Amino acid sequence: MQLPPALHARLAGAAGEAAPLPVQRDPLAGNAPFRFAARQVRFPREHEFFEDGDVQRHLYLQDVITQVAAEPERPRVPEFTCQVAGCCQVFDALEDYEHHYHTLHGNVCSYCKRAFPSGHLLDTHILEWHDSLFQILAERQDMYQCLVEGCTEKFRSSRDRKEHLVVHHLYPADFRFDKPRKGRGPASQVSTEAVGEDQAPSEGEAMEVCSEHAEAHPGPPRERRVYGHRIPSTICFGQGASRGFKSTKKKSKRL
Amino acid sequence: MWSRRRGLLRPLGCGVEELRCRRREREAALRKARREQQLVSKRLLRDEATEEAEGGCVVVILGEAEIQEFLRLAQRGIEEKERERALVSLRRGLQHPETQQIFIRLEGSIRTLVGLLTSNQALLQLEAARCLHELSHSEQSAVAEACLPATSYLLTYLSSHSSDFIELCLYTLGNLIVESEAVRRQLLPQGIVPALAACIQSPRLTVLEALGYALSQLLQAKEAPEKIIPSVLGSTLPQHILQLLQPGPKLNLGVAVEFAWCLHYIICSQVNNALLITQGALTTLGLLLLDLAAAVQRTKNAGLELLVCPVVRCLSNLLTEAAAETVGGAVHLRDERVVAGLFILLQFFLQEQPSLLPEGLWLLNNLTANSPSFCTSLISLDLIEPLLHLLSVSNVVSVLVLTVLCNVAEKGPAYCQHLWPGLLLPTLLDTLALSDTEVVGQSLELLQLLFLYRPGAAQAFLQQSGLQALQRHEEVAQLQDRVHALQQTALHG
Repeated sequence: MQLPPALHARLAGAAGEAAPLPVQRDPLAGNAPFRFAARQVRFPREHEFFEDGDVQRHLYLQDVITQVAAEPERPRVPEFTCQVAGCCQVFDALEDYEHHYHTLHGNVCSYCKRAFPSGHLLDTHILEWHDSLFQILAERQDMYQCLVEGCTEKFRSSRDRKEHLVVHHLYPADFRFDKPRKGRGPASQVSTEAVGEDQAPSEGEAMEVCSEHAEAHPGPPRERRVYGHRIPSTICFGQGASRGFKSTKKKSKRL
Repeated sequence: MWSRRRGLLRPLGCGVEELRCRRREREAALRKARREQQLVSKRLLRDEATEEAEGGCVVVILGEAEIQEFLRLAQRGIEEKERERALVSLRRGLQHPETQQIFIRLEGSIRTLVGLLTSNQALLQLEAARCLHELSHSEQSAVAEACLPATSYLLTYLSSHSSDFIELCLYTLGNLIVESEAVRRQLLPQGIVPALAACIQSPRLTVLEALGYALSQLLQAKEAPEKIIPSVLGSTLPQHILQLLQPGPKLNLGVAVEFAWCLHYIICSQVNNALLITQGALTTLGLLLLDLAAAVQRTKNAGLELLVCPVVRCLSNLLTEAAAETVGGAVHLRDERVVAGLFILLQFFLQEQPSLLPEGLWLLNNLTANSPSFCTSLISLDLIEPLLHLLSVSNVVSVLVLTVLCNVAEKGPAYCQHLWPGLLLPTLLDTLALSDTEVVGQSLELLQLLFLYRPGAAQAFLQQSGLQALQRHEEVAQLQDRVHALQQTALHG
């Protein structure tokens, strides 16, 4: 199929519409027994017209077709240690470090050192676990936000929210990033599902931070725009526990 | 593009002929599957470099006891390296379907795996995710569906920040999505669409390609037009998809392929194409087509047809929307460079993938059917003759070529003036020698138009033994009326 040489030049040229030649139809055109009528055609998804192209697509997915150039190997760098104080992991590839950092040090709660998979879950955690104003407001209105991205439902209690997650969003009842906040004594009113140390993640708890962390400064404290930060950290609302970076873990089991 | 990973472990000592044979078998299987509307393909992500470092591709079947031991070590081992090694061994065993079967029947196995997936140890997480990925790739429904307890976590991790991990989660989700409607009935309420909409903002190309894959699987589902596409259209996904299809230096082929197919599944489902047009789909796709036409001239063997195909389909279907016609709201596709670009792509198809010629010609039909401007472009850019050269490829192609020529001819004498005298008449006489009814039928239509608008053509037809050419079809039911009519016209004017 020889293409006129000027075609490539036209492609590279300016946008433009051809001035149409005059249209002049004879009523006999397309008359019986003839039946041609110029018309656009659309094909729905399952039409057999698409068979060949679909097969090509799936061969590609199954990775049989393409000869792809080998990607250069993951660059190795001289060994280095994680910079977060107290963490002793060593790496020789940046991607490994990236994953480690984000898993262990990324979305870490500066109060209780729990790590979370996303900023969204961390925010929710801080709000519900470490913000006294939240507790007060929660007595009067629905404050417990659904954890599913895009769902704007709010609930009166952690338990109600869990029920919503299970029934409406088909989440597992033991979803690990929705542990109920354990009560801390008479001052706290809401969601006292269990009484106990809420600073001590139990064995099997997800997202516990490296225990070497516990004593030392955990690194740059997270700046979060929640109510709690307008209150100087020296003031507690009678919760009876100190804030900050002191370790309160009794059992610090490494997972 | 799909670079350092291979879908299957490359068999050692596999000759070229054997590869071709396997490909033909796969192709036949895929065609059969499509006809039964069961076209399902999964992607397997395996890092070849790691495989080789681990000492070749011998896959061992693990027994119950071994699996339990590996799980125990992974969960309770003291040394981190020991725990990692245990999971790696498990993962390698899980490459075998029998191990997979044993694994899923073991009580608590998935639960333990999910526990490791959500642990705080990055490498264990990754290995656990790889194990799940192996399972998700299985052709056995029971095995893939065993991964269901993990889906809420896979979705949660899409908003994490570790791109390797996100990539793995996406491919695993993509494999699960395609497994059954039951799986999708779980993933949709779990918020997969908003999760993908958030994740698509990642700047990482590997993540985007994986996301495109997962989304394309979701959109390909049978129930997609009713249950999935409306919420996708209601999200920010379409805008991001069009963004990722913008031509230019930042266009990545692997990413674009996935999202072009996503767009195709959305558009051909005809849910709300007007919305896509208002978001600039026609403009973006038109510009992309031009970009691809330029690209195929520069690069060889790049797999560009994998992208050209869905782009052509999207454009062609979108052109049929009423919204494409309105001035103001939607953008007209009128730039004649599109015709130039399309012909360059037709030539490319002819050389690389002739089976895609019909799709290209379908787009050409939709461009020219109602457009005097584009019909004029065919003439002014000297494209009639190249079009005629395609007539020998196949019957399907011939019918489409003749249809496009009819689109031009039916617009009247000013157009037919450029069709005759010329190569058209002798070419038509050749097609009349064929036996395919549809090809001949379309040739007869074109002849009627030609005779109507160029009376001299009928004369020339007679002189070139046209009557004899017509005679052979006098008895064919679908053709006889038209044959007789043409004979009359030729003889009596």
